[in-house]
Amino acid sequence: MKKIIYIIAAAMVMGWNPANSQTQKGSVLIKNATVLTVTKGTLEDTDVLVENGIIKKIGKGLTSSNITTIDAKGKYLMPGIIDAHSHVALDAVNEGTAPITSEVRMADVIDPYDIGLYRALAGGVTVSHAMHGSANAIGGQNITLKHRYGSGNPDDLIMKDAARTIKFALGENPTRVHGRGNGIQPRSRMGVEAVIRNGFNEAIQYKKSWEDYNNALKVKGATPVPPKFSERLQTLSEILDGKIIIHCHSYRADEIYMLINVCREFGITNIVFSHVNEGFKVAPELAAYTMGASVFADWWAYKFEVYYSTAYNAAILTQNGVITSINSDSGELIRHLYHEAGKAQRYGELTDEQTLALITINPAKQLGIADKVGSIEEGKQADLVIFNDHPLSVYAIPQMTFVDGVKYFDINEDPNDMRLRVSATESIEPIFLKEHDHKCMHGVDFFFTNFGRSLFDHEH
Amino acid sequence: MEDQNILKMKKINQIIFTVALLVLPFLAQAQFDGEFIKPRNGRFLLQNATIVTVTKGNIENGSVLISNGKIEAVGKNIPAGDAEVIDCTGHYIYPGMFDGGSRLGLVEVNSVPETQDYAEIGQVTPNMQAIVAVNPNSVAIPVTRVSGVTTTLAVPSGGIFPGTAALINLNGYTADQMYAGFKGVVMNFPSSARRSTWDRRSDEDIKKDAEKAEKTLNEIWERAVTFHQLKQANATLDYYPEMEQLAKVIAGELPLLVEVNAASDITLAIEWIQSKNVKAILTGVAEGWRVADKIAASKIPVITGPMLSIPTRNSDRFDAAYTNPGKMAKAGVKVVIRSNDAENTRNLPFNAGFAAAYGMGKEEALKAVTINAAEVFGVADRMGSIEQGKDATLFVSTGDPFETKTQIRHVFIDGYRVPMSNRHIKLYQEFLQRSPGLKEN
Repeated sequence: MKKIIYIIAAAMVMGWNPANSQTQKGSVLIKNATVLTVTKGTLEDTDVLVENGIIKKIGKGLTSSNITTIDAKGKYLMPGIIDAHSHVALDAVNEGTAPITSEVRMADVIDPYDIGLYRALAGGVTVSHAMHGSANAIGGQNITLKHRYGSGNPDDLIMKDAARTIKFALGENPTRVHGRGNGIQPRSRMGVEAVIRNGFNEAIQYKKSWEDYNNALKVKGATPVPPKFSERLQTLSEILDGKIIIHCHSYRADEIYMLINVCREFGITNIVFSHVNEGFKVAPELAAYTMGASVFADWWAYKFEVYYSTAYNAAILTQNGVITSINSDSGELIRHLYHEAGKAQRYGELTDEQTLALITINPAKQLGIADKVGSIEEGKQADLVIFNDHPLSVYAIPQMTFVDGVKYFDINEDPNDMRLRVSATESIEPIFLKEHDHKCMHGVDFFFTNFGRSLFDHEH
Repeated sequence: MEDQNILKMKKINQIIFTVALLVLPFLAQAQFDGEFIKPRNGRFLLQNATIVTVTKGNIENGSVLISNGKIEAVGKNIPAGDAEVIDCTGHYIYPGMFDGGSRLGLVEVNSVPETQDYAEIGQVTPNMQAIVAVNPNSVAIPVTRVSGVTTTLAVPSGGIFPGTAALINLNGYTADQMYAGFKGVVMNFPSSARRSTWDRRSDEDIKKDAEKAEKTLNEIWERAVTFHQLKQANATLDYYPEMEQLAKVIAGELPLLVEVNAASDITLAIEWIQSKNVKAILTGVAEGWRVADKIAASKIPVITGPMLSIPTRNSDRFDAAYTNPGKMAKAGVKVVIRSNDAENTRNLPFNAGFAAAYGMGKEEALKAVTINAAEVFGVADRMGSIEQGKDATLFVSTGDPFETKTQIRHVFIDGYRVPMSNRHIKLYQEFLQRSPGLKEN
C-alpha cells in the first residue's frame, strides 16, 4: 500500500494527474532545415529544438543529448497546418431539430478511430476545428482537435487550451431545412436574421432574470424563485459576453453584412465568417469589424448562393486586411491544404508568407489559439511538418508530422493499413469511390427527399 | 378611314423602328463603358519562349507561328512577316491540356436541377448526345480555359448506357464550333463499389444491384448484336435509336468508354471487353494499381482521375489515389488524366501535378494531359503537341502549368486568341479595391 501511494505521489510530482490525464509530449531536435516560421521569416539551415512538446530553441548548431535528432537538410519545416473548418473525427454533425441548438457540443461525438485523422496528418494537418453542421441558424458548440491519432480516448484529441467556439449558419441551408423542410422560420434570409436576433434578445432577458435572482438572494431573508436553467440561452449569453467565438457558415455578401450589423448591435466582436464565398464583396467591412474569413480556395457553383464567387476571394480579402484562412470542410481536401493555399498564388499572386499564413497563423487567430500554435516560435507548442520541397509547390510531399513534439506520421514508416479499428460486422471491406465532399449537411439529408432533387453531389 | 389611320401609324412605326436600328450602334457606343474583348484569330508569332513540344523535346528561345488556326512553323528565328508579334521572353509554350472526363458545360449550378443536363431517364440511353447539351456560354468555360485546359471530354452519366460523350474545345458559340473530333459511348460497368461514403446500401444489396445490372447489360448487348447483324443483312428494322447507337460500337465505328473502378470489376470489365471484341477505353479505374499488369496486358488505354481523391478503402495507404496513375503507367498502361469535375475542371493540371509528384514523373504526367489524350481520342494528327501543321491549341505560361504559382499568360484554341478574362477575374478587378470602400457609420 505504501508502495502504491509512493508511486502515485511520484507520478503526480512528474505532472501526471489521475483526474486529467495528460497527453503525450515529445522531444526532438530537427537539424539543418529551411524553417518557414510564418511570423518571423524564413530561416535557412536552421535547427529547431523541441523539449517536452514545446519549441525550446530555434538557431544554428543546436545540440542535445538523449533525444532523437532528425537531419532535415534540403527539407522544409513549417508549422503544423490548421484547418479552421472541418468535420473530421465526428460521429454526428447536425442536430437539425431546431433553428437554434446552441446547447449541443461536438465534444460529445468525437470519433478517435476516424482514418481521416491519419490522412490529415499525412497532409501535415495537426489541428482541426471539428464543427457542427449548417442546418441551423445557430448550431452547436464546436471543438478544436489536436490530431493525436492512435488513442482510443476521445478526450485525448481535444485541444484543452483552445477557445470556445460555436457554429452559426446563414442562407440556403437553414432556410431549406427549417423553412422548406419543417415549415417554420427561417424560410428566408429575413427569417435567419430574426431567429438570431430573437436568440440574442432572449439571452439578454435570460441573463437579466439570473442577475435579478442573484441580486434578490442578497437581501436578507429573501426566498426568490430561481429562473429555469437553459443550456441553450446560457450559451447564447456567453456569446454576448465575448466568451465564445462565432464561426458562421455564410456565402452571400448581403447575409454576411447582415450578421456583421447584428453583432455590432449586440456588441459582439468575436466572429469569424466561414466559406464566405462573397466575402470579397464586403472585404472592408470584414476587415473592420470581424476576426476574419475562412474560405475555400476555389469551390463555387455547386449551389446557387455560390454562383457569383471568385477564386481570387482569399487574395482580395488578404489585400484588404481581413484575417483570412483556407479551410477544407472535407475529408479529402484536408489532406492537401498546403496545395489549396497555393491556389491563392495562382489566383491573386499572394507572397509565400501571406499564403502560408492562410493555413497556419491566420486560422490559429480565428480559433483563439495563436499564442500556442500556428507559427514556429520559441515557447509555442511543437506542432511541426517536414516537407521534401517547398510546401507551396505541387510536388511537395509531407515527410513527417509532429503534434506536441510527438511524431504521428512518417512517410518512411508508413504501413499499409493505419486503421485503429476494423469493423467486426463488415464481411467485405467497402470500396468508396469518393469522399462525400462537404459534410456540413451530414445527417439532414432526409430533408432533401421531399424535393425530388439529387442534392448529394455537392452539399455544404 | 380608321383602316387608313392604322396603316399610317404602321408606316410611322416602321420609320421609327428603322431609324432606331440605324442609330442604335451609335447610342450603344455612347451609353456603354469599356471594351468587350472577343476571341480573335489571325496570324500570331509567339516569340522567344521555351517551347515544350511534348513529342519532340524542348526548344529554347524558340517561336511558334500561328496562322489560319494552325501552327504554321515551330523553331528558331522565324520571321514575323505580317503576323502580330507576342513577346514570350522567359515564358513557356505548352500544347493545350485535355481533360479526359468532365461535366463542364453540361451543368451550371449543380444543386439547381433545371441546370443539370448530364443525365437522362432510363438505363439504356446511348443515343443521348452530350454535345447537344453543352452550353457554349456556360460561365465555367472561360473560367476553365484560362488555366490552359483547352479541350475536355463532355461525359454524360446515369444508367448502364447513359449516352455518348464528346470531345469539345473550350471556345466557340455552337456545338459544331466546339466539337473536337471524338465521340464515345459511355457504359457504366456493373459496380461492386459504393458511389460515395454516403452510399448506405448493404453488401448484399450492392451485390444484387451489380448482378441485376450485369444481366441487363448482357441482354442489351445481345439485342444490339442481333440488331447489328440484321442491319448488315439489310433487314428492314423498326426505328430503334438506342440499338442504332450500340450497333455503331459493335461495328467498330465508335469506342466504348467503360466506367469501372473496383479492382475485381476492372478484371471482369477487361474480360467482357475482350469477349465482345470492341474498341474500348477504361475510365475511372480508381483501383487500377491493384491490377495494373492485367490492364497493361490487355492494351486497353485508361482515363483516370481525379487524383485528388480519397483512397477507395480505409485500409489503403493515404496516397493510394495520388500514386494510382504512376503505378499504371509504370506497368505499361497508356494513361490519360481527368478531373471528373465540372466548374472546377481548371484543377486538372493540379491533379496531374500530384500524379507527377507521387511516382508518375513530370514528363509522363504532362503526356497524360496532352499527347496521350490526343492519341486515345484519335486526334493526335491534329492535337496534343506543338508541331508544325497541328491545330493552334496551346498556351503561354510563366512556368510549369502544374504549379499553382505559375501564371497562364495567353491561351489559343484552334488559332483563336481567347480573352484572359472570365467572371472570376472580373470580380477580382471590381473588388480588389472596392469603391466606395468602408463607410463609417
